[in-house]
Amino acid sequence: MTAGRLETHLRAQRTAGRKLLVPYITGYMDEWEEAVMACVANGADAVEIGLPFSDPVMDGPVIQRASTRALQRGATPAKILDGVRRLQVTVPLIVMCYYNTVFRSGHERFAHSVADAGISGVIVPDLPLEEAGDWCAAADAAGVETIMLAAPTASDERLAHIAKRARGFVYAVGLLGITGERATLASTAISIASRVKQHTDLPTLVGVGVSNAEQACEASRVADGVIQGAAVMRRLLDEGVESVAHFVADVRSSLDAEFSRSRAGVGE
Amino acid sequence: MPETLVPACQELEAAFTAAWGDQVFRDELRRLFAEYAGRPSMLTECHNLSRELGVRLILKREDLNHTGSHKINNVLGQGLLAKRMGKQRFIAETGAGQHGVASATVAALLRMDCKVYMGAVDVERQALNVFRMRLLGAEVEAAQSGSRTLKDAVNEAMRDWVANVEHSYYCIGSVMGPHPYPYMVRQFQSVIGDEAREQMQALIGGAPDVVVACVGGGSNAIGIFSGFIDAHTRLIGVEPAGGAAIGNGIPGVVHGMKSFLMQDEEGQVREAHSISAGLDYPGVGPEHSHLAATGRAEYPNVTDDEVVSAFQLMARSEGIIPALECAHALAWIVRESPAMQGATVLMNLSGRGDKDVAQMMNVLGNHG
Repeated sequence: MTAGRLETHLRAQRTAGRKLLVPYITGYMDEWEEAVMACVANGADAVEIGLPFSDPVMDGPVIQRASTRALQRGATPAKILDGVRRLQVTVPLIVMCYYNTVFRSGHERFAHSVADAGISGVIVPDLPLEEAGDWCAAADAAGVETIMLAAPTASDERLAHIAKRARGFVYAVGLLGITGERATLASTAISIASRVKQHTDLPTLVGVGVSNAEQACEASRVADGVIQGAAVMRRLLDEGVESVAHFVADVRSSLDAEFSRSRAGVGE
Repeated sequence: MPETLVPACQELEAAFTAAWGDQVFRDELRRLFAEYAGRPSMLTECHNLSRELGVRLILKREDLNHTGSHKINNVLGQGLLAKRMGKQRFIAETGAGQHGVASATVAALLRMDCKVYMGAVDVERQALNVFRMRLLGAEVEAAQSGSRTLKDAVNEAMRDWVANVEHSYYCIGSVMGPHPYPYMVRQFQSVIGDEAREQMQALIGGAPDVVVACVGGGSNAIGIFSGFIDAHTRLIGVEPAGGAAIGNGIPGVVHGMKSFLMQDEEGQVREAHSISAGLDYPGVGPEHSHLAATGRAEYPNVTDDEVVSAFQLMARSEGIIPALECAHALAWIVRESPAMQGATVLMNLSGRGDKDVAQMMNVLGNHG
């Protein structure tokens, strides 16, 4: 399997010594397109765009609120993908959606619709490894990279299978629980990232419960980078695009400062 | 199904398989059924309604179980399993509150902590059951997301389970959710069908012509159907018109199962609307989807108005106040009785109506 655009891009950034930052934006929220552009302009290496679902069982109150808001505004996968097609971005885009959205559309049709919109990768958080085969095959055929989730509850044997099936990067679930900000980074964030890295050379990003710049740096000491959802969406919901831009810029500069220092330190 | 929960489901499957094959576990469950739940539940011939409708109507009295419904059968089974697995915390979702009350009851009996999620709308219309759960020592949390009914209570329970999977047991109340739940809950509820088959044999010398049960997730229906799958018996699962997953739904995947689901063009789950909180669920257990697809069972639906009339009819004709859920089954029997004159009809009276009395007082006014 040759590496796709997402994997190639993230590997290149990693090789250049950069820690990866992937913010999440709920599609069709107020000002979502501006928010995606703000993430890119302020140092995101890819952006994850959520297709809102009526029953998001992996999401906490903030992303639930954003999903409800987007659905009230008339969000559909087609409208969001149309919006994505119009975005002029320089980094790969990823779609996050619950499996019923994919199932209802049909695997091949959905894979082609995201590929046509210029999407590089797809995350389906409620599609476990055992059930993922048909979708993954359809996505592979359409040139869409399926990002697999690795949870702290998985055995090493299971992690090996997940890593093998993953395209783009591996999404290491940072804690036992749903999306949302936490006061401190869970210890599982470090342990799952390090366990995943024993099974794959794919970029490994920690998401769920990575709440601020400090926690992003902490997780990135082991992981190749982080995904931040609730921390970004709370700002978009309550404060607007400017606040998202500041937050992403802050995390970016913290990651760069911390890890360029350590890189410099090795050489000197 | 979230990836985090997959190992937990696999662990549960292994634990259930071992327990179900273990005579000690089966004996303990049988003892609790007899000494705690009051099994076997009896059959009642409805002489008055039979005359009125022209069919021979017999009730399987699950309403007489401890806690007032069939839910206790499943919860006793899962409660013993949770203890066997060493889990100290018991999570449940509930619609009408019957599964929540059964869960709170069994958690008290087996000395586990219990947390019950209930849609905020249901908390309001089933205030009595909320108080019963709290009396039994359970913590009740109102689910404020989405339609704020049963499906949202399931979402909240799953979110809790994802966060506390290491020491908590999620006790799903119906034949739904990820494997092994639909199969496991069916096995625990099959006691209804096993007893009914034997009791009907003793009463009429064979199986009835028709077996009728209401269907939300569908556990009481699967329970009684399981005794008659191989008999020449019509199996009828009655759905509410406003939540007819099989009648109006299309295949979908939610809550860890692939089954019929009320949803829109984009796959967003539609909100069910029914007078009975216990049937306000836009999905249905996958085995019912299978029985519908193969034609072995039929899944008609009835309106809230028909249900209210049936509720009153059973109270006045037989002196039995049924749960609104079960009134769906009777409503179908009333509607179809002209076409089945002389038939023997076994209806699963899966719960008693005490919990619905306050709500019906609002619907009917003080004179009932």
